[in-house]
Amino acid sequence: MSNPYRKDFPLLNQKERSKPLIYLDNAATTQKPDAVLNAMEEYYKEYNANPYRGLYDISEKATEKYEEARRITAEFIHAKDSAEIIFTRNATESLNLIAYSFGRSFLKEGEEILIPISEHHSNLLPWQQLAREKKAVLNYLYLDESGNLSEEELEAKITEKTRIVAFAYVSNVLGTIYPVKEIVEKAHSVGAVTVVDCAQSIPHYPLDVEALGVDFAVFSGHKMLGPMGIGVLYGKKALLESMPPFLTGGEMIDFVSEQEATFAPLPQKFEAGTPNVGGAIGLMEAIAYIKDTGYDKIKAAEEELTAYALDRLRELSYVTIYGEKYLKENRSGVISFNVEGVHPHDVSSLLDADGVCIRAGHHCAQPLMHYMGVAATCRASFYFYNTKEDIDSFIESLKKVRRWLGIGN
Amino acid sequence: MGIENIYSDILREHANSNHNKHHLGHPTQTQRGINPSCGDEIELELELEDGIIKDASFVGSGCAISQASASIMVDLIKGKSIEEAKELAKTFTGMIKNEMKEEDLEVLEDAIALKDISHMPARVKCAVLGWHTLEESIKENQE
Repeated sequence: MSNPYRKDFPLLNQKERSKPLIYLDNAATTQKPDAVLNAMEEYYKEYNANPYRGLYDISEKATEKYEEARRITAEFIHAKDSAEIIFTRNATESLNLIAYSFGRSFLKEGEEILIPISEHHSNLLPWQQLAREKKAVLNYLYLDESGNLSEEELEAKITEKTRIVAFAYVSNVLGTIYPVKEIVEKAHSVGAVTVVDCAQSIPHYPLDVEALGVDFAVFSGHKMLGPMGIGVLYGKKALLESMPPFLTGGEMIDFVSEQEATFAPLPQKFEAGTPNVGGAIGLMEAIAYIKDTGYDKIKAAEEELTAYALDRLRELSYVTIYGEKYLKENRSGVISFNVEGVHPHDVSSLLDADGVCIRAGHHCAQPLMHYMGVAATCRASFYFYNTKEDIDSFIESLKKVRRWLGIGN
Repeated sequence: MGIENIYSDILREHANSNHNKHHLGHPTQTQRGINPSCGDEIELELELEDGIIKDASFVGSGCAISQASASIMVDLIKGKSIEEAKELAKTFTGMIKNEMKEEDLEVLEDAIALKDISHMPARVKCAVLGWHTLEESIKENQE
């Protein structure tokens, strides 16, 4: 089967390799198309300069491109104003920015923060530490066996004291797609602010911050074909304006005297220091690639792969699948599983011998692992450039794992 | 390097055999060791008498490499003096770091089966977990 996208990804087309490359760790990071790599190379080779400061041609071009990336990003997620887009290092930094700047200014003792038990540590630890510092309460939304959140649970946990509701659009462990609009509406009904971690959703599904009504949304460039080191924080303008700076330093000031300072307006207020211009340009190209491909095509390709992988995994009696075991509307292409009698790290090392890259471990979600009663899981995650042949290789390699360890037949 | 150098018969035997996986009747030391990145966990029990490891065992859970390495170690240190056990631990970690001469490894007996783990940096912590736990356990016991 030919996949029309693979030719655009140099890493997937390396000829000289000692073993094949079956890359199924897309929830960790995605591969980069030539368009992204070329745009970044062009920047570094042709107009690399510090933006905003330089009163000369290439600095002006760097500034222009950096701001173009901001506009493109704003349009892409349907933000009203490009000043609502803050560039950060990654989703983690964006979440920390919200917890430090918004949380430490506005959260009061005894108020509640609510997050699902499935959250990645990046959307858990900033809130846990904030709650400890402010003597606030961190509450958890618990999930059913398939990883789904019930209406009753949401109803019971969102209270008059809830001030912040933070959650991932898609779980990085179970692949569950959460009902963002319903959660946001429920949170808003008690006056809580919503923070949506879109790191695992935006590579696969469109984001419309306006239609969803979210207050803050965050994501990383590298999980959506862009480079590492560039991330996005979207925040409603009124909220961002009410918040103090997170980091201070160059580029984010209006005027500085010996004892005080006034800060730049949005978005520069939150972008201290020389920004990642090359990263922003890479992200802009990644957005263009996703737009050209089309989310409908991406979704269709991934659904086919996910359904096929789930079918093949269910055939293996010694494999346990976590989360939904069949493709459903709320199931994305992240599959956590375990092989009976074999530790996930052994599974991953043995698959690597066949060139199959999957993730094994706690996936930065230790409270979820504890809740599910497992120490670790294996995780395969797909993107539109994967093929059914990739999944066949993965399954064939998986069949050998128990034999290697002398278990079963 | 072939994966068969790591997942060898010796490793398989130790990973699947529980002959060293139990509690001791009268342990003089119990030491817990964890590998936070993997969740490997062992508890090493030693019965020391006059500076000699009279008996040893472990309990725990984790990957085949961590559990087999701990089991091989327990076989090796039984009956050895604390000083000898310390030397073995040094030799083992030296082997994993690729710092030892081939001829100096003989004392490690079956533990030599884990030599090629040095080519799998992500799994080194699994292989040394038992040995680090041993070092912690006998370090505290020095008079």
